[in-house]
Amino acid sequence: MTHLETVPLWLALPIALFLVLGSTLTLLGTVGLVQLRSFYDRLHAPTLGTSWGAAGIILAAILLFSWMQGRPVLHELVIGAFVMITTPVTLMMLGRAALHRDRAEGRGGVPAAVPHPDPSEGPPDVGALSPEDLESTRPPKAPPMAIR
Amino acid sequence: MSATILSAALTYAQFALALAGCLACWRLLRGPRAQDRVLALDTLYVTAMLLFVVAGMRLGTTFFFEVSLVIGVLGFVATVSLAKFLIRGEIIE
Amino acid sequence: MSRLVPYPLLSLSLLLMWLLLTRFSLGHLILGSGIALIAGKAMAALQPAQPQIRRWGSVFRLVGIVSLDIVRSNAAVALLILNGGRHGARRSDFLQIPLTLRSQPALALLAIILTATPGTAWLEHDAETGVLLIHVFDMVDEEEWIRLIRDRYEALLLEIFE
Repeated sequence: MTHLETVPLWLALPIALFLVLGSTLTLLGTVGLVQLRSFYDRLHAPTLGTSWGAAGIILAAILLFSWMQGRPVLHELVIGAFVMITTPVTLMMLGRAALHRDRAEGRGGVPAAVPHPDPSEGPPDVGALSPEDLESTRPPKAPPMAIR
Repeated sequence: MSATILSAALTYAQFALALAGCLACWRLLRGPRAQDRVLALDTLYVTAMLLFVVAGMRLGTTFFFEVSLVIGVLGFVATVSLAKFLIRGEIIE
Repeated sequence: MSRLVPYPLLSLSLLLMWLLLTRFSLGHLILGSGIALIAGKAMAALQPAQPQIRRWGSVFRLVGIVSLDIVRSNAAVALLILNGGRHGARRSDFLQIPLTLRSQPALALLAIILTATPGTAWLEHDAETGVLLIHVFDMVDEEEWIRLIRDRYEALLLEIFE
């Protein structure tokens, strides 16, 4: 615990505050994950952890390491930027997966797909492959999954 | 004085994040559907990543930074491929 | 200049990331610049659509508005989880919003904004009709959410990108 003693009080207070704030928000996010009823509600809960939950802890780490090494140590910001960019991708894909599965199974409470005419699919560029070759390289669509 | 405050805050953060990981695990095991489990796995990855950042602060080393970055990258790839699998039923097409 | 550095913003941010991950020194500055330039060249081979940022003033205003909204919605959602959704009175719902925004980078930025603010989740965007489907955690007034997203974010994004 030697490195913690060198931190002055005026810096220790904000570090502790950010730590408590970040970890509490992450914890609340998972409480929501357990507590909420429907999947689409639960989709909102982890964003608490990835927005201010991560930001608070990363800010605390930046402050502490910058003091300890006597220069601005900002590399934790890379984690923050990474989380910021990847969370929308994962949550969007998960939301679409859930929507797709609910629609395919005909569950209620999900808005139908926006109707628009089927895009006219041109013949695919098959090169020298004959239709039989194509048939053998491309197996038929997988049957409905057994997982729930 | 500041060491007491900091170590109390670090202990609290570690306990809170560990509890958060446990709650995510509960949702991971409980389901009920596959997308719930994938969402819980993603949350678990983020929580573990933050836990490593806090562990690095407690031990005073920056080595855990790389660990948490790797966990973050793996979690992202895992969640995206699992979500893709849920949509299509296959990953490589 | 544009042949040597085809993507100045990308190269600059790569250099910045390199310096963040290592420590600042002349050697790392040179090495990072070299890597950023090569990565810019490699990106040019892929030929992605290059976003044109028209107004930098609006960028800063957007960043300010979004960071304020993230803090506010974090507090709101945390409170809703703590008190059990106003003791069961909270209602969540899907919401369809017709967007006029078409540029890909702008839509990506809107997705990041909507996901980063807890309380709204981006579900689906139809590229043909421009209808965006989101899920709102605490639906008090439908009109207000539509107005929030169209006037607050979409208008600014249109100013920046189109």
